[in-house]
Amino acid sequence: MDRTILRRMAAFLCLAALLAANGFACFAGDSFDLDRDNLPYTGDWDAYTYDEEYYGQLRGQGASINFYNWGEYISDGSDDLIDVISEFEDLTDIKVYYTNFATNEELYAKLKSGAASYDVIIPSDYMIARMIKEDMLLPLDYDNIPNAKYMNEGFMDPNYDPGSVYSLPYAWNTVAIIYNTSMVEEEPDSWGILWDETYAGQILMFNNSRDAFGVALKYLGYSLNTEDPDQLREAAELLKEQKPLVQAYVMDQMFDKMENNEAAIATYYAGDALLIDNDDIDIVIPKEGTNKFVDAICIPASAKNKLGAEMFINFLNEPVVNAQNIEYIGYGTANLAAYCLLDEELRDDPVLYPSQEILDNSEMFVNLSDEANLLLDQLWTEVKASNKNVMIWGILPCATIAAIVIGKTWYRRRTAKRHRYMMED
Amino acid sequence: MTKKQNSLTSNLYIFIVMAFMYLPILVMIAYSFNNSKSRGAWSGFTTKWYADLIQNESILSALLNTLIVAVISSVIATLLGTAAAVGIQAMKKRSRDLIMNFTYLPVMSPEIVMGVSLMLLFVMFKVDFSLFTVIVAHITFNVPYVILSVLPKLRQMDKYLFEAALDLGCTPLQAFTKVMLPEIMPGIITGFLIAFTFSLDDFNISYFVSGERAQTLPVLIYSMTRKRVSPEINALSAIIFVVVLAVLILTNLNDIRRENQLQKGGRRG
Repeated sequence: MDRTILRRMAAFLCLAALLAANGFACFAGDSFDLDRDNLPYTGDWDAYTYDEEYYGQLRGQGASINFYNWGEYISDGSDDLIDVISEFEDLTDIKVYYTNFATNEELYAKLKSGAASYDVIIPSDYMIARMIKEDMLLPLDYDNIPNAKYMNEGFMDPNYDPGSVYSLPYAWNTVAIIYNTSMVEEEPDSWGILWDETYAGQILMFNNSRDAFGVALKYLGYSLNTEDPDQLREAAELLKEQKPLVQAYVMDQMFDKMENNEAAIATYYAGDALLIDNDDIDIVIPKEGTNKFVDAICIPASAKNKLGAEMFINFLNEPVVNAQNIEYIGYGTANLAAYCLLDEELRDDPVLYPSQEILDNSEMFVNLSDEANLLLDQLWTEVKASNKNVMIWGILPCATIAAIVIGKTWYRRRTAKRHRYMMED
Repeated sequence: MTKKQNSLTSNLYIFIVMAFMYLPILVMIAYSFNNSKSRGAWSGFTTKWYADLIQNESILSALLNTLIVAVISSVIATLLGTAAAVGIQAMKKRSRDLIMNFTYLPVMSPEIVMGVSLMLLFVMFKVDFSLFTVIVAHITFNVPYVILSVLPKLRQMDKYLFEAALDLGCTPLQAFTKVMLPEIMPGIITGFLIAFTFSLDDFNISYFVSGERAQTLPVLIYSMTRKRVSPEINALSAIIFVVVLAVLILTNLNDIRRENQLQKGGRRG
């Protein structure tokens, strides 16, 4: 009898130590570790109800919040999933004004202009760091966000927001290689395939500087966040070398090209790649490691309804809501209770929730210094402008000006001639 | 080349031009019935995107905003632009040339320049972005187009008509509404339609000045590019195309009918 108790205590201690180690790992870096065999949350979620008292706080006051989010980035009631915004409006009587942006920089510019005020925004990791640095965010009041307890500890206290003071993760994902098995014989496991001349003209590359350089830097074995000019130049050289092999620099056009077998290999966000409608498509996260990114919910400093915003953040983390929302988005969730609610197929997807080994290799973007950002932009312009583009940009304006000058002289001469005839007549 | 061959080549030419213009729209309409989200692979017929569209509040409210902005801004721009054109026509040559250069400037400069400068202007005067700022911005870039389409009509008009109306006892206002306005009406309508269409599909300027509560359809569609543009947009575009087509056909039929009546009436007279 005693022995069993002892054994139980020992097991408990082990577990506690493990948890502590886990927690410690998060402080050290960003561990997204998941123990898939021992899911912490089980239970009857069908009987789950919302806390009416908590959500009723602003009822009947005509309250509203302004929510600024990426496009197509919240479940809107299609595919029999929850319509998050209208469900929240019904529950709380808070009107949600919903608008969309397409890039972090756009969000930043709108906030900086000061002429638009939002209550809830969802920037990505590096942009959050920048916004914190520039005092653009309000600290979250966790007393108003009880559902933060469901968060995977590995996502709390990230290096873009130490102590999770300003942000709560919304969704996370990685950058992966996407390839068509009918066109690529081998099974790629390295970024190197993007430089393989066998696939010249069949490679699609990111059309934004940070992601493209991220791929090159990871292939070279450097950090994604390097500010060393030599390493950045080396990556730029590598990208220039790759350019003749690249069919196109694309973002979401990738979907169509990969679906129609127009390209063999592409890079994109793994969760989005899973939605490609083509049975021959395979997705792999390269051994050199990759970029993992987190989009997190924040409240900007100009928010007018902070309590409403926090209620919305809390609602987004209701396990039932979060699980359906993440299924719609197609990325990974940091909400452990919601994770437990997902279908096993989704939970065990090696692309959505990669092994710890891969994640340990991966890095998140941090906000680069202004000088590094400037250099990156310059180098990216160099990459994009190399080869024939120089010719086109050199010749086109010259040709236009020449055409105008010649046309005008000709016209003038013609009118002058006609004038002379008329005089003679 | 014989005449027959000639008409064959010209028919072929017209066919190619039409194909260039309408094939993309037809493909888009076809894919609005595609079962998967793909814009490339066909995987069966469905009308689910149309059903989803009717329930998608964010797309519908963006559409409504776009229509509100287009109607209000093009009506106001037409009023302002017509008045401006009448004024410009009455000016002396030098000041007219000066004003016309200022009118051409926004038309010639890239839209993004307009967008950024309007944004800075609103920020400077501490006007918060909203549907109001979008409407003001759209009026601003629409006025020159109205002026440019009304002015030629004014130039064509016999300038003594107005004076004759005054001589015959019209007040200046009556002379304007009864004589001048009917003369320049085609120009005003063209200007209004141009302003309306430009406002409908403007992205650059709306992108910079839209606020936290309302966005227009082009801004919404652009924001979808990180994930994927939803096929509901195909469905919406298909509906818009069919509606515009129907309106055009109806007006054309109406014109033909009226012309026939006029001809008959003319013969009788």
